[in-house]
Amino acid sequence: MIRVVLPAPLYRMAGIEGAGELAFDVAAPVTQRTVLDAVEARYPMLRGAIRDHDTKKRRPFIRFYACEDDLSFAELDDPLPAEVVDGREPYLVIGAIAGG
Amino acid sequence: MRGVRVLVGTHKGGFVLTSDAKREKWQVDGPFFAGFDIYHMKGSPVNPDRIYASQSSGWFGQQVQRSDDGGKTWQPVDNKFTYDGVPGTHQWYDGTPHPWEFKRVWHLEPSLTDGDTVFAGVEDAAMFKSTDGGKSWHELSGLRGHGTGPRWAPGAGGMCLHTILIDPKNPQRMFIAISAAGAFRTDDGGATWKPITKGLHSGFLPEPTAEVGHCVHRIAFHRSNPDTLFMQKHWDVMRSDNAGDQWHEVSGNLPTDFGFVIDVHAHEPETVYVIPITSDSEHYVHEGKLRVYRSKSGGNEWEPLTKGLPQQNCYVNVLRDAMAVDTLDDCGVYFGTTGGQVYVSPDGGDTWRAIVEHLPSVLSVEVQTLS
Repeated sequence: MIRVVLPAPLYRMAGIEGAGELAFDVAAPVTQRTVLDAVEARYPMLRGAIRDHDTKKRRPFIRFYACEDDLSFAELDDPLPAEVVDGREPYLVIGAIAGG
Repeated sequence: MRGVRVLVGTHKGGFVLTSDAKREKWQVDGPFFAGFDIYHMKGSPVNPDRIYASQSSGWFGQQVQRSDDGGKTWQPVDNKFTYDGVPGTHQWYDGTPHPWEFKRVWHLEPSLTDGDTVFAGVEDAAMFKSTDGGKSWHELSGLRGHGTGPRWAPGAGGMCLHTILIDPKNPQRMFIAISAAGAFRTDDGGATWKPITKGLHSGFLPEPTAEVGHCVHRIAFHRSNPDTLFMQKHWDVMRSDNAGDQWHEVSGNLPTDFGFVIDVHAHEPETVYVIPITSDSEHYVHEGKLRVYRSKSGGNEWEPLTKGLPQQNCYVNVLRDAMAVDTLDDCGVYFGTTGGQVYVSPDGGDTWRAIVEHLPSVLSVEVQTLS
């Protein structure tokens, strides 16, 4: 299972109780695109909240991290680290710290 | 039992305030969508239990929420607003061309006749329509296709389409306003539009009487007389008696004619309300006094309404969508401030009291009169 952590407001937006990790079955290849596709498939109200509806470009104040690396500028179709694929590490969607 | 439901959009959530017709005791529900900018909430005149809300976030973008039980529960509907065709460019603040980019929904205007039809005014300025209760949206692109779009420019708050008025006597006719493009009218249900700006004068424009570029803050009319329009422009309070074909100034004796809100009494078509704001660089009420000004003569002669409102050390603003009137026999007038107060006057403006005093900064106020 792929573990995913979202920013707290997205849990509220999706009506998810609590703010823990989510888990998804994602078929290979496991990439940022396929993981985000899985998130949006289960929670369609999050379409447009993490990335653009059409271009799939990351929203400006969103970042993607995993295994202590910033994947925000990596190719969406690159394979995710093995630790994410086998569930040892979560894939993190981060809301930028802004506003003081 | 008759009563009112006041829908308040704030910078950190939406609130629903309800009262009976006396408008003395209030129930406050919310915040809904806590932490999000709620730009606007408005109920359907056809089905008052159906309410639409625009939820916006700089981080997470746009959501449109819909309630079918009078605001008790909500569900998200479609949030995809795609411009029709190649969006093209408008002017940026520095005068250079800038591509049209969707940012948020400023205003949701439900149809007067169909509970599933609702219009959305968005930034960057465009008009969208849904005929399925918000489940899908399409642009009424004749507005941007008018040809003047490359000369539209954003005001300080963005290039927003913030006012949508549907003519109750002619549903094919609508009026919209954009900061800072001006005002437009359609007579064919939104297929084509014409600027209605003759008589407007904006000193900040290279050509002060230009067809487009005016920073119109708000337009209002009385339902019985929709050919008579009242406008609060960046500066100047204006009036038109021919559906916007020609405007003339009615600022009269106002202490300052800068402001955002304007509205009309529910039963008196010539009674108009504004809240003067000090200036375009001092966005707070004049002289530290929160005063609503009322004209009972359709403009020019204005009287300050102060009973129950703070008259010293007050420096709040009242934003363009933050005033509304109910249709009870004694017309109620409502407005919300950037300081988080929502005021009601149950007697047409003679006296005021705060319904709530410590909400987040208020972006919009609408009221539903319930039977």
